[in-house]
Amino acid sequence: MRLFYAIVLTFVTALPLRAEVDIQEVTSPGGLKAWLVEEHSIPFVALDVRFKGGASLDAPEKRGAINLMTGLLEEGAGEMDAREFARASEGLATRFRFSVDDDALSVSSRFLVENQDASVALLKEALQNPRFDEEAIERVRGQVLSGIRSSAQDPNDIARETMDGLLYGDHPYATSTDGTIESVTALTRDDLIAAHDAVLARDRIFIGAVGDITPEALGVLLDDLLGDLPETGAPMPPRADVTVPSGVTVVDFPTPQSVAIFAQKGIDQKNDDWFAATVMNQILGGGSFESRLMDEVREKRGLTYGVYSYLVPMDLAETYQGSVSSANDRIGTAMDVIRDEWAKMATEGVTQQELDDAKTYITGSYPLRFDGNQTIASILVGMQMLDLPIDYIPTRNDKVEAVTLDDVKRVAGELLNPDGLAFVVVGQPEGVETTATSSD
Amino acid sequence: MIRLPAIAALASLLLPASWATAAENEAVTTFTLDNGMEVVVVEDHRAPSVQQMVWYRAGSADEPKGSSGVAHFLEHLLFKATDKMESGEFSATVAKNGGRDNAFTSYDYTAYFQRVAADRLELMMRMESDRMKNIRLTPENIETERNVIIEERNQRTENDPSALFREQMNAAQFLNHRYGTPVIGWMHEMRELDLQDALDFYDLYYSPNNAILVVSGDVDPDEVRSLAEKYYGVIPANPALPERFRTQEPPQTAARRITFSDPRVAQEYVMRSYLAPERDSGAQKEAAALTILAEILGGGTTSYLVEKLQFDSQVATYAGSFYRGQSLDDTTFNLIVVPQPNVSLQEAEDAMDAAIAEFMESGVDPEQLDRIKQQIRAEQIYSRDDADSVANRYGSALAIGLTVDDVQQWPDVLEVVTAEDIMQAARDVFDRKASVTGWLTREEADQ
Repeated sequence: MRLFYAIVLTFVTALPLRAEVDIQEVTSPGGLKAWLVEEHSIPFVALDVRFKGGASLDAPEKRGAINLMTGLLEEGAGEMDAREFARASEGLATRFRFSVDDDALSVSSRFLVENQDASVALLKEALQNPRFDEEAIERVRGQVLSGIRSSAQDPNDIARETMDGLLYGDHPYATSTDGTIESVTALTRDDLIAAHDAVLARDRIFIGAVGDITPEALGVLLDDLLGDLPETGAPMPPRADVTVPSGVTVVDFPTPQSVAIFAQKGIDQKNDDWFAATVMNQILGGGSFESRLMDEVREKRGLTYGVYSYLVPMDLAETYQGSVSSANDRIGTAMDVIRDEWAKMATEGVTQQELDDAKTYITGSYPLRFDGNQTIASILVGMQMLDLPIDYIPTRNDKVEAVTLDDVKRVAGELLNPDGLAFVVVGQPEGVETTATSSD
Repeated sequence: MIRLPAIAALASLLLPASWATAAENEAVTTFTLDNGMEVVVVEDHRAPSVQQMVWYRAGSADEPKGSSGVAHFLEHLLFKATDKMESGEFSATVAKNGGRDNAFTSYDYTAYFQRVAADRLELMMRMESDRMKNIRLTPENIETERNVIIEERNQRTENDPSALFREQMNAAQFLNHRYGTPVIGWMHEMRELDLQDALDFYDLYYSPNNAILVVSGDVDPDEVRSLAEKYYGVIPANPALPERFRTQEPPQTAARRITFSDPRVAQEYVMRSYLAPERDSGAQKEAAALTILAEILGGGTTSYLVEKLQFDSQVATYAGSFYRGQSLDDTTFNLIVVPQPNVSLQEAEDAMDAAIAEFMESGVDPEQLDRIKQQIRAEQIYSRDDADSVANRYGSALAIGLTVDDVQQWPDVLEVVTAEDIMQAARDVFDRKASVTGWLTREEADQ
């Protein structure tokens, strides 16, 4: 047994790995900037393009337009209708994924080197010449409406939408990017064209590429793919004013297990205390089996299958949130335990052992993220959107290592607000009542 | 195209992880330890990480009657104490080393995995081999963890009418086979699971001659072999390991219909499942034909059902088909139609049956078959970007009685499937007497 421990210690004190990712900045002849990792061992390219602003650029009264527009990009473009487009894409064995969230419209694609030109030409049509055929609009509108109806009956989605509505007031973040039955039903083809013009512009593009391609070839490809897009689109929305309701909001929903989301104000990624907050969150509820919340709520009491907390640094607002679900007769106990842990962390901070363990996890797991061309392409875009330097990756773990016990204690005290932790509970929780009143 | 959340969840349950890939593209090494433990090594030296998986040939379909859910319960309990480790220390140690770990249980297998920096592989093997034989459980472990799996069932199933419906579909499909019982277990039996149930399952099935080690990432096969011999090779085989016989389906002679109603249902749909053959070692041709049939009928925008029901007639918001060939015993081939709001479930079902009848008349579109095969070939390149998924494919195949040869021949078996093979497989599988038709509805059904 002793030997066993000795070996564990040896490993723990070993130096954390460095992620070796050789990023080049590429500027196309036409002036588009991209980050590239050349990886010539497999003959394909992963390309990730994001347009900042995303669904938050929806015009007033047109909520859901950008989401519907995004869903229609692959439903007919140029000379091709939806089915011809799909057949062309299948024939090339390429893959395009179009998606949109609150902060970005994302186009992630992969294509074989042997089919590169034809694949890029096809993607260009989707991005620049989508047809928005009436038939396709109605078909995809039906899919969106089906999703909205499903969300209205899903306890997790109900909790999310309720909490967002409470937190973000009249900001776009307050409502679902899908829109509502009414707003989506009312959308016209012109609304979709306007949505396209609002988001797909050159002044908000972020690009990451990984694979079997040279910087020169990538530059030419990008000008061809994106060069003809308009220079600018809709102005970016303002920052959101976060208003945390105090107390508990219960949404009655007949289901055996209550779903709860909890929230308070957060911290943004540019803040000097970001890494201290990250370490603190890792210890409090950061997703591993070892977090305090998992230990207290699941391991010791068996009250849930999972309980987590997460820093949510969106482009226009920062919150700190978490989630748990427990049977209706046990959710109240789970909420009490979470409140206690929140208060304990705010006043006492963490132990040296917890700090060390969290650091080794955060630093050790970082290089494991870079595990495939498509994943790395996505990380490259995310880094640029955060305005991180191109040489950030090898320096990131040092910032984690620099966090001290005092830093965590101070940040926990400043950030955590045990009395102001808001809960939204969806279900029929026993002994849990709505107490919320709106306040800062 | 917009993915419907309910359907996406369904697809992830039923679809195979991906197409298979050819062996010549993969740096795969396989060998067997003296005690019978099979080992698969998948090399990928692009990043300094490694994944270790241990697969046991024991899943929920191997459970004794009355103890449904014990395979999954035991999976949870393997994170408790052993002779050498305290409860929770396993995952804590993985986390302290910057890794993450988890496990999953299916009908046919239970698997445990860790993903860490490549130089920590030995530590992972030391711990994983330890808990193959040495767990030490307390009554408190049982009580608390039983509550956790009950909450897991609440979260995955009780809170999701679509999941409850699929559970009833499976129960109706399998008259005599354990696949009719959910992996997580029936709630009333889960509540009764005890220490002895868990230990009985553990003692019977957890041994090296019933396990497969799969290591993928930045590793050298010779080093993996010497580590595997050091940690797993010293564990004696279990001579009492039983043959894997399960009660089999009798001839199915009556079409079944079910209606599952729940006020929480937002999107009604109709689903049909047919009893279908699975991939068998040395005989994968029929399963290959069914795999491509599922793609032809419901694999995406250009598929037959989507064409007929979403484009031509616009009866459906979504139409699809699924086949899970990677199964130890008979599996299912599924059709699903989510009707437009103004279309009844009866109309949706009729349109689905009419479309299938039409397909049986018109046959396979050769251009569509070409496109599918082009994608299968391309996948052999794309999958090299994901060594863990290759590892997963070997592990799950070996756990259901397929061999390394079967896995490596699978792309070729798919490649030579002809239109006639597909139509023959369709004629064989679309037997209404061996089917269940299910309606998921919002209102209470009229009796």
